[in-house]
Amino acid sequence: MNIVVLVKQVPDTNSERRLTDSDHTLDRASADVVLDEINERAVEEALRLQEAHGGEVTVVTMGPDSATDALRKALSMGADKAVHLSDAALHGSDAVQTARALAKVIGTVEGVDLVLAGNEATDGRMGAVPAMVAEVLGLPALTHARKVEVDGSTVRVERETDEGVAFVEAALPALVSVGEKINEPRYPSFKGIMAAKKKPVTTLGLADAGIDAAEVGLANAATTVVEAAPKPPRSGGQKVEDAGDGGVRIAEFLAAQKLI
Amino acid sequence: MGAPVIDRQLPTDDAAALLDLTRDLATRELAPRAAEAERTGEFPRELFRTLGRAGLLGLPYPEEYGGSGQPYEVYLQVVEELARAWLAVGLGVSVHTLSCHGLASFGTEEQKRRWLPDMLGGELLGAYCLSEPHCGSDAAALRTRAERQPDGDYLVTGTKAWITHGGVADFCTLLARTGGEGAKGISAFLVEAGTPGMVAAPAERKMGMKSSVTAQVVFDRARVAEQRRIGAEGEGFGVAMAALDAGRLGIAACAVGLAQAALDVAVEYAGERTAFGRPIGDFQGVSFLLADAAAGVEASRQLYLAAARRKDAGRPYATQAAMAKLVATDTCMKVTTDMVQVLGGAGYVEDYPVERYMREAKVLQIVEGTNQIQRLVIGRALLDR
Repeated sequence: MNIVVLVKQVPDTNSERRLTDSDHTLDRASADVVLDEINERAVEEALRLQEAHGGEVTVVTMGPDSATDALRKALSMGADKAVHLSDAALHGSDAVQTARALAKVIGTVEGVDLVLAGNEATDGRMGAVPAMVAEVLGLPALTHARKVEVDGSTVRVERETDEGVAFVEAALPALVSVGEKINEPRYPSFKGIMAAKKKPVTTLGLADAGIDAAEVGLANAATTVVEAAPKPPRSGGQKVEDAGDGGVRIAEFLAAQKLI
Repeated sequence: MGAPVIDRQLPTDDAAALLDLTRDLATRELAPRAAEAERTGEFPRELFRTLGRAGLLGLPYPEEYGGSGQPYEVYLQVVEELARAWLAVGLGVSVHTLSCHGLASFGTEEQKRRWLPDMLGGELLGAYCLSEPHCGSDAAALRTRAERQPDGDYLVTGTKAWITHGGVADFCTLLARTGGEGAKGISAFLVEAGTPGMVAAPAERKMGMKSSVTAQVVFDRARVAEQRRIGAEGEGFGVAMAALDAGRLGIAACAVGLAQAALDVAVEYAGERTAFGRPIGDFQGVSFLLADAAAGVEASRQLYLAAARRKDAGRPYATQAAMAKLVATDTCMKVTTDMVQVLGGAGYVEDYPVERYMREAKVLQIVEGTNQIQRLVIGRALLDR
């Protein structure tokens, strides 16, 4: 079974994250960048499926040159090869453009049975790209998986959302996006890190992937960030002095916040 | 988050990637658990498997036997980073590595092919059985006997003491007497845990490093196959001493890691705690304590690295290893004591880890040859021409 895992390099959630002043896109230079945590879980799930069913695991990313590091991390965990879509014209692409571009890149990988992704990245938090990629490719989308099983040509997923758990299945090929609870990703081994250097990474530009430059990038995006401001610092909160009615006032406050 | 990154001189990009991996493991797997485990005394067996799967339990051994072929210069800096996050784990990795040393250095090709890959593979943990209740420093006086049987096997009887991983290890390197008195009557063996007649006593209740199991291991007519003898009969003392030279470097690296950890806490505290309207680090009385500590830590680090580079280059290094062990562990004792002083009352209570570091430092002046033995080794090298 051949699996493609969509991965993304994001600013470390432990570092300060900012948007650039010029075009309100992510300021990648100002933060440490890492392979998104949820993608590590998607890679882990792919490796477990590969251990059970064989086949090849290919990691795919779209991002600047530095995103190679995220691919190397996935390769050092055990993925077999990587494809990196990198082109200056992609800067500022929105979710729809990204999904279309990724679909083209997935098309360059032969014999894909399953596409795995994290259900949302920690930077943009759109949570839309996996389903959009499925739509573009005409694949069934099984999102928010907390458990994935493949049985012959069927993939079964436990889908967990705020509404509850649903048991869904689809015929392969299909796309599955995984949630945070799906597994604990492995650490790369030292040998895995050394082996990763020798694994193939294919770098594609727009033309290589058959993407029209007029379809991508900030200038052609359907959504635009008009204004951005940092989150205001936390205020000190509100003190309730108990003059005999403290309990009532706290209850009123909680009721006003719709917490009780 | 995590401790400050130490700017290290590393020989290769691979080594730099290895140290990155080590720091990641130390920050995410070791540091958050150390204080609690040291309180409860629970041995972190699963954590050693995590380290093993990452490839950290066979670093300085050849790749053809499942090791990673890393020089001691690199392996020891990994131990230092682990010990910085959790001494018992860093020391455990050092002891495990030491327990593989005899087979790797003195075993036959057949023995190495048969056992070494599993020992280095990460799932197994080793112990090193040399000391006995009546003799620690005077190792050549050991009394545990390995009696040759008519079928060629040995029956081992005796008690080994102060055994790190005693009762939790999967195998041990054992030194026992096959001949007469003295160093020339000793042979080395590789013994599997669970060998009938081999049992561990209840763990010692130590002053520190409580999550590391230390216990006596008792042999009562335990049968050990002839094929498990490492080297010829009577060559065991040489096997033991060669391992100890390497092991001393491991302890020196642990001491540097522990002292660095104490310094890390004290530096942060001195920047935040105020007295007389200023951070206490602004006072020379405090900043000089920190400066002396930092200088001692860096000097110790460079000393063990200098000895390690001699070993990696195939030059004699026993004296330098003894010096590194002596200086690094005495420095660690001084630094951890002084860092408690920097924190004042806060340093003396369990809310901060420095009182634990100070208790842990003491053991490093004792293990793998007391610091008096290290001076003996250095003194003999000076005077024996």
